[in-house]
Amino acid sequence: MNAAKICVRDLTMTYGRLVVMHDLNFEVADKDIFCIIGGSGCGKSTLLRHLIGLLKPAKGTILYDGDDLTNTPPEDRGPFIRRFGVMYQSGALWSSLTLAENISLPLEQSAKIPATTVRDLVSYKLALVGLAGYEDYYPAQISGGMKKRAGIARAMALDPDILFLDEPGAGLDPLSSRRLDDLILRLRDSQNSTIVIVTHELASIFSISNKVLFLDTATRTQGALGNPADLRDHSDNPAVRLFLNRGATPDPTT
Amino acid sequence: MSSANPSTSVAAGPPPPRAVWTREGTDTILALSGDWHRDGPAAEESEPAPDHHPDHYRIDGLGAYDSTLPAFLLARCRAVTTATAADKEKIPAFDGLPDNLRGLLELALAVPEDSQALVTPHASSEVRKLGKFTLRIWSGGCAIVDFTGQSVLSLGRMVSGHARFRAADFWLTLEECGAQALPIVSLISFLIGMILAFVGNVQLTNFGANIFVADLVGIAMVREMGAVMTAIIMCGRTGAAFAAHLGSMKANEEIDALRTFGFDPFDFLVLPRLLALVLMMPILTVYANIVGILGGMLVGFMVGIPPVLYWTETLTAVDLTNFSLGVIKSVFFGAAIAISGCLLGMRAGNSAAAVGQATTRAVVASITIVIVLDSAFAAIFTLLDI
Repeated sequence: MNAAKICVRDLTMTYGRLVVMHDLNFEVADKDIFCIIGGSGCGKSTLLRHLIGLLKPAKGTILYDGDDLTNTPPEDRGPFIRRFGVMYQSGALWSSLTLAENISLPLEQSAKIPATTVRDLVSYKLALVGLAGYEDYYPAQISGGMKKRAGIARAMALDPDILFLDEPGAGLDPLSSRRLDDLILRLRDSQNSTIVIVTHELASIFSISNKVLFLDTATRTQGALGNPADLRDHSDNPAVRLFLNRGATPDPTT
Repeated sequence: MSSANPSTSVAAGPPPPRAVWTREGTDTILALSGDWHRDGPAAEESEPAPDHHPDHYRIDGLGAYDSTLPAFLLARCRAVTTATAADKEKIPAFDGLPDNLRGLLELALAVPEDSQALVTPHASSEVRKLGKFTLRIWSGGCAIVDFTGQSVLSLGRMVSGHARFRAADFWLTLEECGAQALPIVSLISFLIGMILAFVGNVQLTNFGANIFVADLVGIAMVREMGAVMTAIIMCGRTGAAFAAHLGSMKANEEIDALRTFGFDPFDFLVLPRLLALVLMMPILTVYANIVGILGGMLVGFMVGIPPVLYWTETLTAVDLTNFSLGVIKSVFFGAAIAISGCLLGMRAGNSAAAVGQATTRAVVASITIVIVLDSAFAAIFTLLDI
């Protein structure tokens, strides 16, 4: 039995015949806020989609508390899926449903829950992300930042113990991004969730993450793994130091 | 792009852009002259260009330039083929070029070409194109068969009470497929009935048998035209809407979000649409038959056939067999339209353009399938002598 919450071994991801990343090896411990970082198009979101089982790796295994997700047939993945909460890059709220319906749908489908309990749970989840009172709004009627927060509220609908967030701060102003970081920290502390975040927002990485995985576009493998501040100051990989220092002198080669 | 040497007005016109390769001892020199503008004349280059980078550039006669000049120089750098892979990644010296031009070229060459990205996504020969086309047709056929099979399995799960979808979605789709389609179905069917009656009347009057217009319109509507025209309307209206809706959901990652909550997108999205269209198509077809017959009756009235006589003649001509054939066909048409629309929506790419393509393909595919199915039914009914 592996002690790590998530354990990735020799993971190789491909897109057609193109190798996106190969031989990724990392572990995420319980209650980590684990950031997957790297340049645009390096495969961060693709890795996240492998982690949640939407894509099948070309090689390697992904273990959750020692249980192998990769070799579990899709129809038997229920126990894994129930542990995941996923917020997609765009929020991916179901556009034909109100915010309340977006959150209540997974609740109603997961078990027989009385309508009043569902209503209370929806209000609670929306209140947690600062959207109390927006129950009857449709996704098209709220701002981008609100959509992200509503996406987090929906991801938390079933009280998952692992939360996956795909670029939560992208496209947000600094204040909204900061509020989102505070929300993520509070969720980790109050709900004891393990949080995996795909991001390249440096401010967020340093303020909330305790461990990062750097995907190196040049070598198509992991460039570094560790604490973000340590990597920024002491990484052997100059691309990692440059990324985390945001290159005092812009270098077009990175 | 800013010009390093802004051109001054010259009455005789700007000098043409030229690139002349010369040798001075062991050095190769590339002399650049003239004004380089994208709307000016093409650059003249002395032949032959050597297969290596120049050792030095000369810009004595160089006038004003825009991106045309760095683009020309970059193309020459890329064209050097004798260099080793290591040399290719090394940025050549641009001795003699202005600082800003050198900076731009160094920037353009800073990231070497990605050998994996250079694999051409396009077929390069007619044989390859034919092969890819054949494979695409084969995979499309397999996808239809697979999707149809999944539809049957999904229906099975619904019957056994294991399929999960929102009843509200089903009722909403039922309304969209049914009640909201009535105006267009009414208009088209009425006009089709009138057209059939007009055409029939012209010919039958020659034989003094224009009362048989009622037979012609009645049989044509209930056996063929009611079901086919309703199906074609639904292809353009509902099939396209299914593809666009599901395609948008896929582009917005909404379908992935369903999967991550453990919903089967097939049960959740395809099943209610399939059920709604299969249920509504026969009803719409019966409605279209009646409206088409009324259209024919109006024309009959205009050419002197009393409506009561027309109606009686229609009832005599249209038997239950003809009526049933049209209705049975409509069920298959409904399933084909729903499966085509949902299949192409679910297989759409993740962009707005891909959603548009999926919608177009859904309409074309569903109309084609409806016509092919109708031909197959005609052949089968002929063989069975019904």
